Amino acid sequence: MNETPTAEREILLDVRGPRADTGAPVSGQKSVLRVAFERPWVRALAPLCFVLIIGAVFNAQGSFFKWGTHRDMLRQVSVYGILACGMTLVIITGGIDLAVGSILGVCAVIFSILSIHLGWSAWAAIPLVVLAGTTCGLLSGGMVARFRMQPFIATLAVMVFARGLAKWVSGGQKISSAVLNPDGSYKYVDLPRIFSALDHKILGENIAVVTLIFLACIGLCRVLLAKLRWGRYFYATGGNEEAARLSGIPIQGVKLLAYGMSGLLSAVAGICQAVQEQQGDPEAGSTYELSAIAIVVMGGTSLNGGRGGMLFTLVGAMTIGYLEKILSINAVGEASRLMLTGSIIVAAVLFQRVRK
Amino acid sequence: MGALSTGEAKTSNAAARTEPDPALLTMTGISKSFLGVPVLRDVSFDLRPGEVHVLAGENGAGKSTLMKIAAGVHTDYEGEIALLGLPSRFSSPQDAAARGISVIHQEMSLIDSMSVVDNIFLGRELTRSGTARQWTDRSAQLRKAREFCEQLDLDIDLSRLVEDYSLSVKNRIEIAKALAFNARIFIMDEPTSALSGPEVDKLFGLIRQLKTRGCGIIYITHRMEEIYRIADRITVLRDGRHVGTAPAGQLSEPELIRWMIGRELSRHFPVRRTAIGAVRLEIDGLSVPKPGGTSTTKKSWLVREVSLSVRAGEIVGLAGLEGSGNTDLLRGIFGAYGKLEQGKVAIDGARFEIHSPRRSVQQGLAYLTNDRKGTGLILGLGLAENITLASLEAVSPALWMRRAMEWQVADRHVRALGIRAAGLWQEVATLSGGNQQKVALAKWIETRPGVLLLDEPTRGVDVGSKHEIYELMTQWTKDGFAILMITSEMPELLGLADRIVVMHRGRVTARFGRAEATQEKVLKAAMADEAV
Repeated sequence: MNETPTAEREILLDVRGPRADTGAPVSGQKSVLRVAFERPWVRALAPLCFVLIIGAVFNAQGSFFKWGTHRDMLRQVSVYGILACGMTLVIITGGIDLAVGSILGVCAVIFSILSIHLGWSAWAAIPLVVLAGTTCGLLSGGMVARFRMQPFIATLAVMVFARGLAKWVSGGQKISSAVLNPDGSYKYVDLPRIFSALDHKILGENIAVVTLIFLACIGLCRVLLAKLRWGRYFYATGGNEEAARLSGIPIQGVKLLAYGMSGLLSAVAGICQAVQEQQGDPEAGSTYELSAIAIVVMGGTSLNGGRGGMLFTLVGAMTIGYLEKILSINAVGEASRLMLTGSIIVAAVLFQRVRK
Repeated sequence: MGALSTGEAKTSNAAARTEPDPALLTMTGISKSFLGVPVLRDVSFDLRPGEVHVLAGENGAGKSTLMKIAAGVHTDYEGEIALLGLPSRFSSPQDAAARGISVIHQEMSLIDSMSVVDNIFLGRELTRSGTARQWTDRSAQLRKAREFCEQLDLDIDLSRLVEDYSLSVKNRIEIAKALAFNARIFIMDEPTSALSGPEVDKLFGLIRQLKTRGCGIIYITHRMEEIYRIADRITVLRDGRHVGTAPAGQLSEPELIRWMIGRELSRHFPVRRTAIGAVRLEIDGLSVPKPGGTSTTKKSWLVREVSLSVRAGEIVGLAGLEGSGNTDLLRGIFGAYGKLEQGKVAIDGARFEIHSPRRSVQQGLAYLTNDRKGTGLILGLGLAENITLASLEAVSPALWMRRAMEWQVADRHVRALGIRAAGLWQEVATLSGGNQQKVALAKWIETRPGVLLLDEPTRGVDVGSKHEIYELMTQWTKDGFAILMITSEMPELLGLADRIVVMHRGRVTARFGRAEATQEKVLKAAMADEAV
């Protein structure tokens, strides 16, 4: 075979080069800033740094520098973050999952009925709820994989269906510790221990349990994406579905797994939501799917599929979380807050797209 | 050459319009390059009213590029275009259409989900007059459209959707649309490729009608029989150059084929002295139906009853012009069309049920697609990830990816195939064409297949890499692989293949051994209609 000494040497030198998901060719002639900016990491972290600087300037009489503020931000963003984990998996395969908010609602209701009204132990209620969420996810996945429906349509249908299911199961009522008696009066029952156990701050009240659950979900999905064979299948399917199929990758299985995982994580988020609200609200999770997508996109995962990762989503969740928190500690009204958040999402995404 | 093409002299100035028969379209000295690669060099072409001018040539001869220039798709070219003797330069396809040039596409340019009448007037709707100018005048459109369709002997419901009609009808709707645009020049690129015999007769009747109205037709086809049925004059292009123009009656078939080939086998191919072994791939009567056809509609076939075999250490060339079904045959064998009901396939003597690409990979088949960017590689992933894509099980025992193992595998192939890259992490999108192709090949070699199905293994690859790929193929045959290869480059086919199987319209039309194959014989078989 041809001798290619230079190429070999280069390869030997660079064999431990950047990771695949950060891999951008390093060119000698470009400015340091530009080279740095070609790395997805830098692009993902830049908006977060920007938001943190804003927070440091508008620190609301120093409350931004208190750990409690950061702890609360992490607690508040956790439910959205857990949904965003599943959303990231789906988006990397080139799809979208609009059903996560509704599945959260169903699961919050079912969990509350089982544990508050029926008095099930958490060990029985949690697996059943997770199974219900996964089933909903697999329903979307089946429609997308087997019947080749567009993900937007398939998950929109499941979104509407699951919201109806939540209302049907709950009878349209919030499922709380106030139980309606047949004679119209209310009877109050104790909240099961699982509610206080999960809605709790540990390690000297320094971090919320739901935040730890969120981080665990990030870690779990990161292992799936970056360490397991199926993770590579995800990227390949999202990167070029036909090429992946012709390389013998089981793209139907990939899609089932992605939407199934998204449903599973929505169930986890539903349980977290229920314990935080101390009730199962059939309306819980409305529009949460949009926040989850915003987090994923803010992190820099491409909506076209095939690019991105879980740590990007972690950064995205923190960016959105801090943004909301800074606006709220500065007592910005809700109207302005929503408008500002929308504008900043657009600005951040445009900013990340600046390349070449 | 050029002795018979007298059109330019007549129309070289505006005064030529007083001539009784000025050319409708005159293209003089057209040159065009893509990314520095010349595809057309000093080509001249003219079209007279009332004639069918056939444009012939092998794949890649520059026919389509020339027609795209005539239709205003490519606007940066060198040379002159004159319409009815007036120098013109089209700024866009819309501009060319507005000046009476209409392209009848291989793939229909109709919008399936719109009605026939809306399609006919798409882009220049008839509107009401006065203040209601933004309102389309539906009744006037219907009236006009009915007129055009009557002229074309087309009796259909104009308010139904285009998708309700057959290809043949769609073809005529497209011509009605062109008439609505007052087109005088029709460019037809393989208009019969999807038509049956009687439908072709109808189209030819229509073409004759257009001729009597003074329209000119530029006709591109790969079918020899059609050329002599319809052509008034024939122009041949080869490697982007104008070979000659002649009246159809004065150009015999052997002469035409000689014009189309015309070059000597110039490239060197590695000498292969490999022992041919046992049959590794055996196909018996395999048919591939067109996907999407349901049982209620009549089934149409991409590949019909093809039988062939490939032995260990052998390269079999699968020749055929575009649309001959050779690519569909490879895709069919590989399972890209799913299960196939008709025909048997055996690998190493064992019956192989075509099921899916995944199953095929597991059974030792490898399929290099002819479009590495579209269907071959995952451009956003790195070199190493692409090389291991089809054999991930080997580098991820117990599902866990072993990065070190993966890089070792990739590094081995990078060295063996001489892939030039900055590192194993480099995104394949940023590699050159030749290196990308080697990555795609490496991906399949790593699966250790018994049978390699290669579709255009050297397409879009520079000369140096081409030779390296030839060397590699030679090496692989020594290793006992069986190779079934498609190539549209005649020298490559004759230089590499031990045996050649020629396909046309989904059927095998000829088989040659290495010694007996010539360019003339292969091309003739690729354009012939009778099966063997």
